[in-house]
Amino acid sequence: MMYDFFVDLLGNEILAAIVTGVPPLVFILVFVLFAVWLERKVSAHMQDRLGPMRTGWHGYLQTIADLIKLIQKEDISASANDKPLFNLAPVLVFAGTYAAFAAIPFSSYYIGSNLDLGIFFIIGISGLVVAGILMAGWSSNNKYSMLGAMRSAAQIISYEIPTIIVVLTVVMITRTLNLHTLSEMQTGYFWNWMIFGGPTAGLEKFLLIPLMFIGFLIIYTSMLAEVNRTPFDIPEAESELVSGYHTEYSGMKFAMFFLAEYANMFAVSAIVSALFLGGYQSPIGYLGNLFDAPWLIPVEQFFWFTAKGTFFVFVQMWLRWTLPRLRVDQLMALCWKYLIPIAFINLIIVGLITVL
Amino acid sequence: MSFETKKNITVYKPAVKTEEMILNMGPQHPSTHGVLRLELQLEGEIITKVIPHIGYLHRCFEKHAEAMTYPQVIPYTDRMDYLASMGNEFGYAVAVEKLLNIQVPERVEYIRVIMAELQRIASHLVALGTYGADIGAMTPFLFCFRDREKILSLFEMTCGARLLYNYIWVGGLSHDLHPDFVRQTRDFVTYFKPKIKELNDLLTYNKIFIDRTSNVGILPLDTAINFGISGPMLRGSGLKWDLRKDDPYSVYHKFDFDIPVGEGKVGTVGDCWDRYYVRVLEMGESLKIIEQALDQLPEGDVSSAIPKRIKPPVGQVYTRVENPRGELGYFIISDGSVNPFRVKVRAPSFVNLGVMDVLCRGHMVADIIAILGSVDIVLGEVDR
Amino acid sequence: MKEYFSNIWVGLSTIAIGMKVTFKHLFVPAVTIQYPNVRVELPERERNRLYVNMDDCIGCDQCSRACPVSCIEIETVKGLPTEDLGKTSNGKKKALWVTKFNIDFAKCCYCQLCVFPCPTECIYMTDVYEFSEFQRNNLIYDFVTLTPEEREQKKLNYQKFEAEKAAKKPVTPAAEIKAEVKVKTETPPTSSDNSQQSNLKEPGENKGS
Repeated sequence: MMYDFFVDLLGNEILAAIVTGVPPLVFILVFVLFAVWLERKVSAHMQDRLGPMRTGWHGYLQTIADLIKLIQKEDISASANDKPLFNLAPVLVFAGTYAAFAAIPFSSYYIGSNLDLGIFFIIGISGLVVAGILMAGWSSNNKYSMLGAMRSAAQIISYEIPTIIVVLTVVMITRTLNLHTLSEMQTGYFWNWMIFGGPTAGLEKFLLIPLMFIGFLIIYTSMLAEVNRTPFDIPEAESELVSGYHTEYSGMKFAMFFLAEYANMFAVSAIVSALFLGGYQSPIGYLGNLFDAPWLIPVEQFFWFTAKGTFFVFVQMWLRWTLPRLRVDQLMALCWKYLIPIAFINLIIVGLITVL
Repeated sequence: MSFETKKNITVYKPAVKTEEMILNMGPQHPSTHGVLRLELQLEGEIITKVIPHIGYLHRCFEKHAEAMTYPQVIPYTDRMDYLASMGNEFGYAVAVEKLLNIQVPERVEYIRVIMAELQRIASHLVALGTYGADIGAMTPFLFCFRDREKILSLFEMTCGARLLYNYIWVGGLSHDLHPDFVRQTRDFVTYFKPKIKELNDLLTYNKIFIDRTSNVGILPLDTAINFGISGPMLRGSGLKWDLRKDDPYSVYHKFDFDIPVGEGKVGTVGDCWDRYYVRVLEMGESLKIIEQALDQLPEGDVSSAIPKRIKPPVGQVYTRVENPRGELGYFIISDGSVNPFRVKVRAPSFVNLGVMDVLCRGHMVADIIAILGSVDIVLGEVDR
Repeated sequence: MKEYFSNIWVGLSTIAIGMKVTFKHLFVPAVTIQYPNVRVELPERERNRLYVNMDDCIGCDQCSRACPVSCIEIETVKGLPTEDLGKTSNGKKKALWVTKFNIDFAKCCYCQLCVFPCPTECIYMTDVYEFSEFQRNNLIYDFVTLTPEEREQKKLNYQKFEAEKAAKKPVTPAAEIKAEVKVKTETPPTSSDNSQQSNLKEPGENKGS
């Protein structure tokens, strides 16, 4: 959408692509600044303490201070490291995350590129992250980073399966992979959201509600594992044996990993909310409709979209500070013995309901 | 999410030549609770042998004690198990009083018991909090330390220090209780009871925590007795043995409290969860003792029995007290002068650490953290 | 099979209970204070840095002997019989000049064992806990209020006094007894007093000039 708009405006396809790529980047940067601060404040208040308070009002400039600190650090790289891979790994990890933002519908007027295979593209391109992590682990030339990287890769790959199965479940109801159309289908009030059965009617809707809830829980758990958050954060755990695949990184490269993690958190929350909770649709109707100002609607939609994404990011943080860590074999057992069979059964039942 | 215990696996030797890998969990590690070096011999991910290397915190306590006078040894005993200082001082004071054959006033006995039980709660809070933090749950760690702050401020009000008290002296105490102490301690007891329930909600019964700690590090009872284990580790394996009931010292025989024992509620008897749960229950029992002691507290003078110069007759004595980590024993030989001839300390963490090898065999590397946390060592005591 | 479903149910319910606890804590006000701006009020028995009130110190060395880490170093010089060293706050007359009273706070273990034996209660613990230094030598606190010249002077005075006293004593034992008898019967204290007073005048003169 945005892309076509800019092509018409500028006449040059490449220039239009570059200009369209800038807003998500700006959004990611602003969001990460906010998310890091939010994480520190949320974790602090859950633990009855205050968090950052001295850098700006209640510490809201803390992330900028951290960024400046990381930028001016020495970029250490051991002599036995595989230099090209070492330097490329953080870039790949960030690129995989950033590319997923291209297909996420921020509002009805803005979507980076209106692919017909929106959700398929997103899941595919997040596979770059796995490659980046493996490269980081390998090029660190450190036995334990390699172990951590392999565990992380195994975790991400295993947990993509329940994700895809639940996505297929949703797609069975909506019959389209395009995220924009999917969001448009959930228009109306919150009753039309996918988690409450979608724009179906009658008995079908009531039968679908519990199944959609189960699907939502499964995909949320798998998404937690995709972004390496507790309880699935074996790769980053400090108190396990070593610190995982990003031990050897310092300075700006470490900042890239950090940035990529928070951007990934938002991307994943955005996907879940787009699939199940109506994307950018408002649950209670639009002020634009109330005041007869149709230009207000996309702005409101953007606001609702960000609000839902931030809420799910907050839930991820909430889970991180409540739960202990799973051990590696328990993590795999959870995926293969619990999530996948349940997701499959879910899929079959939903398929039967939509067919009959 | 249950799985079979790894002890029954058969290690299948493939045709490829393999050799054991030696991994070092070095002295600087976030989870070893101090400076402890664990040398692990691994075969793949399974551990075949664990050798602990200690001595990084050795400060020659026993040699120092031979050069100090009897009252001057007390600051040194504080610093052995620095998380349970009142217990260390208590043991030493009881030992020297036995040598001197003096009786302390009853008020002194009751206050010593109150302090020791408060210290037990504080020490268990550190153990439980850091155990949760090792497993990955950061929040209970801070909740435990918040509650511990209240106990430390009670101690600060009484003797002026938060961690290393120099409060229980031979023959009495250094200060009498602050006039507001009894009221504040009763407030603390009412404040703390719901906090144990909150800790249980957050950590103890959490499914993920149970999966990490049950059926891991199972210590059979006969092994425990053979190794000389004491304290919550022994009680976690099923034996109801507590020096406060089985070999009473001071005024413990006047109180009514229960000894919690590991019963294998989730998992087998003697696993890490049992030891953890025994500590949680012990905190509740200590609250009972404190309440009873506060009710029965007599009046008196706390410094009337402190001798001017401590010069015990020639002889030797061995006394033992129940520290939060186990049985702390003092063996003192006196040669009639103002300095002890020999002070030997039987440190519970030192003895408990010896069983690490047996506990860790057959487990994976990630379980070592869980097992080490449940042994609950303090390196100051292991190395002295 | 039943275990499978009960595992799922137990897992989800305990996670939900845990989440409820943490959520409630979001609204509990913080228990921490913001340290450099706000400080905790310490109780009255607090044990922090020691302070010695030299006006009351009689140089008895009890605190130094009680210290388990030997961080107090005291050197005293006997005052001359004619000097007035002043009184302590509870009326006792002081007899010793304290020329060195160093406490090394890097060694001090803040155990309070030095406070109890002091007969005049001149050493006590204050509530100062922010006294870190960049150099370790700066942690050796010198509490004596005399200047270094005065300390030297007191030492010299006493040495002179002792030397004079030894000079009056004869060398051989028989002569010693005779001299003692002689000294006891013969010498009034006036002549020796005169000589001492002339000694004493010198520091005063030095000060005046």
